[in-house]
Amino acid sequence: MTVALATEQGIAAVDLIAESPLAIRGMTVSYGEKPAVFSVDMTVAEGAMTAIIGPNGAGKSTLLKAALGVIKPLAGQATVFGASLKTQRARIAYVPQRASVDWDFPTRVLDVVMMGLYRELGLLRRVRAHHIDKATDCLDRVGMADFADRQIGQLSGGQQQRVFLARALAQGADLYLLDEPFAGVDAATEKAIISVLKSLIDEGKTVVAVHHDLATVTEYFDHVFLINTRKVAEGPVSEAFTSGNLIAAYGGRLATAQIDQLDLAAG
Amino acid sequence: MWLEALTLQLGYNATLVTLGAMALGIAAGVTGTFLFLRKRALVSDAISHATLPGVGIAFMLMVALGGDGRSLIGLLLGSAASAGFGLLCIGWLTKYTRLAEDAAIGAVLSVFFGFGIVLLTIIQNLSAGRQAGLESFLLGSTAGMLWNDAIIIAVGGTLTLLLVVAMRRPMTLVAFDPEYAAARGVNVDRIDLAIMALVMAVTVVGLKIVGLILIVAMLIIPPVTARFWSDRTDHVVILSGVLGGAAAYIGAAFSASAPALPTGPIIVLVSFAFFAASLLFAPGRGVLAAVLRHRRFQRRVHMRQGLLALAQAQPIYEGYTLRLLKSAGLVQADGVATDRGKARAAKALRDEKRWELVRADQAMEGAAALYDGLRDLETVLTADQIAEIDIKLGGPQGVPV
Repeated sequence: MTVALATEQGIAAVDLIAESPLAIRGMTVSYGEKPAVFSVDMTVAEGAMTAIIGPNGAGKSTLLKAALGVIKPLAGQATVFGASLKTQRARIAYVPQRASVDWDFPTRVLDVVMMGLYRELGLLRRVRAHHIDKATDCLDRVGMADFADRQIGQLSGGQQQRVFLARALAQGADLYLLDEPFAGVDAATEKAIISVLKSLIDEGKTVVAVHHDLATVTEYFDHVFLINTRKVAEGPVSEAFTSGNLIAAYGGRLATAQIDQLDLAAG
Repeated sequence: MWLEALTLQLGYNATLVTLGAMALGIAAGVTGTFLFLRKRALVSDAISHATLPGVGIAFMLMVALGGDGRSLIGLLLGSAASAGFGLLCIGWLTKYTRLAEDAAIGAVLSVFFGFGIVLLTIIQNLSAGRQAGLESFLLGSTAGMLWNDAIIIAVGGTLTLLLVVAMRRPMTLVAFDPEYAAARGVNVDRIDLAIMALVMAVTVVGLKIVGLILIVAMLIIPPVTARFWSDRTDHVVILSGVLGGAAAYIGAAFSASAPALPTGPIIVLVSFAFFAASLLFAPGRGVLAAVLRHRRFQRRVHMRQGLLALAQAQPIYEGYTLRLLKSAGLVQADGVATDRGKARAAKALRDEKRWELVRADQAMEGAAALYDGLRDLETVLTADQIAEIDIKLGGPQGVPV
């Protein structure tokens, strides 16, 4: 009896991983001797918008990068749509932090979006009109079509972020991972980005974003993942976004007054 | 003489050298662009200096095996091997010790170069082989270049160029955004290695013509020059190849036109002339353009401040502002505003007040973001919007006659 039950649970757990667009198991990443992320499990819900939240230095971006293989974890692994990362690369689009590149690089807005077509173009295939059309469409979706010929350094921070999003859109992926997409952007950009992300959800895609503004979690996201080196909680916003979990993740860094102002789930 | 050199009429050897140098210049300019974009220009200096021990060891090996030690291909293979080893050392030092890359480069560069010089000195005192001319690898030498040498350089340069063309997309991706590249499954380390290997190939091929000390200039000056003229990666790459090829062609031809002009250094000087001209005169990024832009901006600021001062009947102390207003016919010689000056000043003040409202209005955030204290409101808002603001501003309007 107990054996059968265990097996059933085992199968249930495996199914969950198999169905998830992104399942992380036992992920530990360390820069030097101190782990930035320690033994974290995460199961991203398909077709939902998930926020990864936690205090500064909690390992939010690190977790994302480790899941993508951008940095090498000490331990742990990630599966994408139930298969290995390697076989599913084409289904993932990543939007790195804006500060991670040199904006004086000699490249135009359109060229950056064309980088999203890297797999289609391969090493030697010629750029054709339909490639350019596709990139322009993606720029249009984020409201940047008029800027296609600008050098990227001439854009404002918010516009740069939207170009990064357009590049991800060009990939036509099923899973979108964004690292602080709303950091240091203007209100117009935040509105534009969130409406694009919502439209992706409507198309059945999955979105995961590292997020820092607790005040907008309830408005923007369906699911939330709280982390402070270790996983604190995960689940639908209505269940996991509680004052108890926030205090567990942020500790004293979050004043009670701040928590009171948030639109929290009961619990 | 000079014209004959440029049109390749100075004889067999000069023609060989000029065409060979051009092939090398194009390959170096194009390859160097990716090194420059990846912000690792210094690595090329380490690579080139690390070739020297290989030259010495290859010479000794060939002599030991019974040859005269002068086979160019043998010497180049030796230099490639030791440059590759130098790269490995830099990679290892950066990865497994706390040394930053610049320190690792400095250490490897000087140690390899020192060791190479020791080897060359030993070779000078050997009685075996024809050691004369090995030191030409330091600064390059084109005197007595053979048909075979030219072929090696031309083929090597062309092969490198083809490989760069084939690898341009992943190399650009990695240079611009290595994290994104990694997330797409591009092996960033391997692409970096490829860039280094291509630079190494250019360096080794160029040893004969410009020598190891100056090859860095052929890799780095053309892309830096090209960057002044374009904001597009593909254009910078192509332009850099053209500039590199042109500098090498002109430099080699020029040095062939007179008996005592060293080829490598002349090529570098021609390349520098392109650079200096671009630095000064390139539109957009050039120094002159920047100065002009700044002057124009300063003018607008002073004009605006002067007008606002006039409108509010404040004294103007700055000589430059006064001169500007006078030359525009807005104030008289005694500093009193002319009629036209009064009108312009009143408009400036009214615009300032309108801007204040625009900036306070949440709904006009987009327009407010464009505020710089200088821009005319008409260029940002429509006439209707401005009328709306004027209503909010109050003041006399629709006064019955």
